[in-house]
Amino acid sequence: MTLLIAAALIHAFAGILSLIPRTERRTAAVGVAGAVGAGLCGLPPVIACLVNGSVETFARAWSVPYGSFSITLDPLAAFFLLPLFLIGPLASLYGAAYDMKKQGRDGTWFFLHGLLGGMALTVLSSNTVLFMISWEVMSVSAFFLVTRDHARETVRRAGRTYLIATHVGAAFILGFFLLAGRNAASLDFADLSANAGSTPAWLLLLFAFLGFGAKAGIMPLHFWLPEAHPAAPSHVSALMSGVMIKMGIYGILRVLLWVPLPSWLPWILILFGVMTGVWGILFALAQRDLKRLLAYSSVENIGIITLGIGVGLLGRDLDLPLIAAAGFCGALIHVLNHSLMKSLLFLAAGSVLHATGTTNMDRLGGLAKKMPLSASTFLVGSLSICALPPLCGFFGEFLLYLAGFHGLMTFLPQAAIPLSLAIGGLALIGGLAAASFTKAYGIVFLGQARSPEAEHAHEAHPAMFSVMIILAGGCVASGLAAPLVLDFVSPVVAQLTSSHAGQVRILMRPLQETFWLTTLVGAHLLFAIASLIFLRRLYLARRSVKETGTWDCGYAAPAARMQYTASSYAQPMIFSSLLRPWLRPRRRLASPKGLLPSAASMSTSVPDIILEEAAEPFLRRVADLLVPLRKFQQGQVQLYIFYIALTLLALLAWKAG
Amino acid sequence: MESGMIMTLMPVLLGMFLAPILPGLVNRTKAVLAGRNGPPLLQLWFDIMKLLQKGAVYSRTATWVVRAGPIVGLAALLVALDLLPFGSQSALLSFNGDLIVFAYLLGLARFFTVIAAMDTGSAFEGMGSSREVFFSMLAEPGLILSLAALCRHSSAMSLSALYPLHDFTQLLAAPHIFALVAAALFIVFLAENARVPVDDPNTHLELTMIHEVMVLDHGGPDFAFILYGAALKFWILGSLLTGLLLPFRTGSAVADLLMAVLAQCGLAIAVGVVESMMARIRLLRVTQFLVASSVFAAIALGLLLR
Repeated sequence: MTLLIAAALIHAFAGILSLIPRTERRTAAVGVAGAVGAGLCGLPPVIACLVNGSVETFARAWSVPYGSFSITLDPLAAFFLLPLFLIGPLASLYGAAYDMKKQGRDGTWFFLHGLLGGMALTVLSSNTVLFMISWEVMSVSAFFLVTRDHARETVRRAGRTYLIATHVGAAFILGFFLLAGRNAASLDFADLSANAGSTPAWLLLLFAFLGFGAKAGIMPLHFWLPEAHPAAPSHVSALMSGVMIKMGIYGILRVLLWVPLPSWLPWILILFGVMTGVWGILFALAQRDLKRLLAYSSVENIGIITLGIGVGLLGRDLDLPLIAAAGFCGALIHVLNHSLMKSLLFLAAGSVLHATGTTNMDRLGGLAKKMPLSASTFLVGSLSICALPPLCGFFGEFLLYLAGFHGLMTFLPQAAIPLSLAIGGLALIGGLAAASFTKAYGIVFLGQARSPEAEHAHEAHPAMFSVMIILAGGCVASGLAAPLVLDFVSPVVAQLTSSHAGQVRILMRPLQETFWLTTLVGAHLLFAIASLIFLRRLYLARRSVKETGTWDCGYAAPAARMQYTASSYAQPMIFSSLLRPWLRPRRRLASPKGLLPSAASMSTSVPDIILEEAAEPFLRRVADLLVPLRKFQQGQVQLYIFYIALTLLALLAWKAG
Repeated sequence: MESGMIMTLMPVLLGMFLAPILPGLVNRTKAVLAGRNGPPLLQLWFDIMKLLQKGAVYSRTATWVVRAGPIVGLAALLVALDLLPFGSQSALLSFNGDLIVFAYLLGLARFFTVIAAMDTGSAFEGMGSSREVFFSMLAEPGLILSLAALCRHSSAMSLSALYPLHDFTQLLAAPHIFALVAAALFIVFLAENARVPVDDPNTHLELTMIHEVMVLDHGGPDFAFILYGAALKFWILGSLLTGLLLPFRTGSAVADLLMAVLAQCGLAIAVGVVESMMARIRLLRVTQFLVASSVFAAIALGLLLR
């Protein structure tokens, strides 16, 4: 516990200290040292907690009303701190090299440490006031990081969208706490959970899901993600997608431990999980901007995690312990693995942006030759996120499939129906993910450069690609060691299913056996690949191996612009009669006219329909309704003091009367 | 002991050696129906042997990915063969949930085939890749939902627990379920193997190809691997179908294997007949054809959940 408090303090100090030095190099040194130090302090207690399954609490009275300054480290908190202390230092290291020149004293490091420290305290705090303060520190720091390049209008717009989404979410979270703690002795989480039963469960859950779901990016509250992620610097996108949106998942899991759960809840979670997953990956497929594609893919993965939580709850409700364990375990393993692979993908996308100045895939291409390390690590991330064995992304989804198949065999319709929906959803998501990521990797890194910027790209800074190599190694290792990761997660699953870690381990033994055999399959795969490479080398040893141009069907002057682009790759899919009604792609066509046509153009785009047709009109409506309130705002200090006095007087009258 | 070992290896060995005969059988059937003599049954083996003796030509645009594509693709299919039961013989390796690993190994093979095609920077190969991922995305739920329906029906979660125990009495007990699942799997089989009516292996125009166009820039041993991998895929997905529709159980494992091989040959002849009788359907119609596979599988599953 001391070490964790030390880690939080290091973040605070490093953040403040980074404002002092005058040179960029020193600022970055302070920033990176702080993040690495905090990570080194934080990891030992977190790992110890996950191994032992112990619970530690630290509580002190403080002058803030409604409870004490209390923080608790239990397996659930420790599990969500793990990606934070792993990705935090790596992303900082990358960030130092990523924009050495840009960040003078503009406060990037200050806010980065605010984000990291805020997230650490959010997970640790077990008091409402402390939780809300940490939550706000996290959200507001992220806002300043997203809008760092605020000279660009798109960035300001993204920042506004994010700020509104996050604060509407925070308002609902506050509402949840107020409702849950109406009759509680204090707003410490222990008292809160004891009293949560006095409010209707559906109301509490509605508030919690609107609040935490907005942070996580569950449909239809996902609309800020594809705006904010491309606007933020890439190491910040990596942190936001890899760690910050998981705070919403953490909040949901924490709430599920308190509130008495109605029996329809798992159905809702599975339904929203499938919907979020399928829509997220559909929109990912339709994107032209690499970072937007990755952001939508995060929405998809949040969907898979939500689906897993739903499956776990279903198993818990129906007293099917294996399904409960497999569902929760799948969701949790996916949280961990997604933080590895999505940070990796965002950092690799950052290298592309750094090298070429654009993330528009239609202007990229052929980067695998210019930046081989970034390309290879991006490929590892892509294979992993498409859930292809033997990489890590496979195992979370595999557990959910296993839970689904076990559910099908129970002959309980209330288990089999939602679980077959889950199986179908996962299969559809799998195929769409492969389409999206063959597009991302193939168009950006393979083929020929589609623009001069891509032509003159260069490999990333050594500090940047070493971070990416570490993360790619993590994806491979977490895949090969998946049976061991299962042991690591069992205390958390035990907490969620209110049993003991030992029991969960015994329960999951058949799953673990399946995982070991899958690892064996993976080993055989690697062996087969190695022998085929050997075989080909043997055959080619005394033959001619030549290089020539790509086959062009006899056309005399092929050019790079003739290649398939990101848009053309996705076109048959997004304009197909099947998907078009859902995606609503727009096409602007200026067709050639007259006998000697000169200019013609065609462009397609797939805007987020939730943002454009629901969120924005709704907010505009709200803004219109609030116009009369402007009368109260005259800009005179005297008037504002008068308002304060009036409020105080009213409060006094209310209390006295 | 010795013979037991050989029997466990039989599903893998039969697949490895007999798979390349099936495309020959398809071509022979088409030739006979068209009044020609046609190539010998072992033509694909001859082609593979010849290609292995040749040198290689790679595109200047390409990176290591184009060299990795055929190898990872073939390796994934060979490993999928490990998980595949044949006749009444269990697979070499079987465990609960192996069918998901199986389906995702096919996905791995496809991923590498697609990026190897995109590596050459050719518009034709980009187009082929785009169509391939589109169609396989539509076929994937069909495959997995079919397997889910079979799992539900037989309360087993492994290919080796589903197929070797399946026999005619089971088939006749619930013919509608098996008919629906077989229809779904047949569509998946045709789509994944690039057969008519989804794709035409005989087309000579790059614009109309799907699978063939993706491998235009491979030659020599790489192309031998690709041809062999395609034959394996035909064998693997075909045996999911024949194991379901023609589950001969004679009591003797060897006779069962023999019957299963004959059933595979029967499937190849059926594909040849289909290809002689109809042309491929329009690309836009393929979507509906493939969605039908998921719909059949979903109906089968729905009937079982009642």
